[in-house]
Amino acid sequence: MTSRYRAAPPGAIVAVRLDMLTALYHRASGQTHLLASPAPEILDALADGPLTADTLLDRLRAAYDLIDADAGALAARLEELVDTGLVERR
Amino acid sequence: MMHDFAVRIGPVGFRVGSDWRAPVAALADLYRDYPAPQDGIADFTVRLFADRPWRRFIRPRVMIGGDYVLPEAAPLSLRHGLLAAEMAMNLQMALGQRRFLLLHAATVERDGRALVMTGESGAGKSTLAALLMTRGWRLMGDEFALLDPESGMVYAFPRLISLKNRAIDVMAAAAPGGRFGPLLADTPKGAIRHLVPDARSIAAMETPARPALILFPTFGHDDAAREVSPSEVFVRLTQASTNYVSLAERGFTALTRLVTTVPARAIDYPDTERAIARVEALWAAL
Repeated sequence: MTSRYRAAPPGAIVAVRLDMLTALYHRASGQTHLLASPAPEILDALADGPLTADTLLDRLRAAYDLIDADAGALAARLEELVDTGLVERR
Repeated sequence: MMHDFAVRIGPVGFRVGSDWRAPVAALADLYRDYPAPQDGIADFTVRLFADRPWRRFIRPRVMIGGDYVLPEAAPLSLRHGLLAAEMAMNLQMALGQRRFLLLHAATVERDGRALVMTGESGAGKSTLAALLMTRGWRLMGDEFALLDPESGMVYAFPRLISLKNRAIDVMAAAAPGGRFGPLLADTPKGAIRHLVPDARSIAAMETPARPALILFPTFGHDDAAREVSPSEVFVRLTQASTNYVSLAERGFTALTRLVTTVPARAIDYPDTERAIARVEALWAAL
């Protein structure tokens, strides 16, 4: 079965855009993260509900006019986010 | 404890208890113009004690302790008792402060606005702050800036200025009327001599200031300045804070607000005169 990814629900994280990077406070773990694009965009897209990697890629492509969207790169970013605890794989 | 002393530095009250008279007498003399803790209640208690009972008398060695302790702290010789007391007070702040986000930084104020200088130990921030104090700035502190998460204001913590090695002669020349403590030679940090902040800095120590510029000075060969991005400032200040993690979301909110609203510059300076000129030029351009 295809994995679905889900981000921390709205209210579980506090995000502040600093410049090219976004500072993010994860209330559940008390950890601070500094994220570069596209990680904040991925979290936004996953905030409304779980998505498969393919659906997520479609959403990002539509929302941000991506022309060089790359499923392999997205999978790598998703795994990094899973490692931080900001995204859950199920 | 046989000897006892209490003092308020900025918003923080300390009580220092000691097995020996000398360190407490030195503190009481250098802090003689400071007030007592608010309502007589100290926020932190510091203890200077002998690591073994006979060490009170025979080649005395000072251990530092208090509400918060570092288990690996090494004893200092009694002739460095004043340094031990100052280190112990800093330690209580670093480990125990909960009201303010503590930034390892020297801060000076002019026209109600604060210049916050932070950097590695040895970057010269104490010396720069002390020099600026002799040139019309109010010294808010040479070690810790206290950022209030609620208001975004910086509170002063003007403890004794800790001058090390070459800075001792620099300040002896720059502040001939200043009150200096005894020269502490051959400490683990080299030669140390304390300078009492000037009367104006002590009198105004309860007045906070709005941060206006964050500076990262580096002593070296170049004479240069560059902008520092908010995300770099954020990372550097989380590292320069001793209690960012324990303040949790309050710390995050305070720090992101600071770095997104206050400009930051890194300066390299080959001598203190050019550093002062840089500071004045950056300040004038705000």
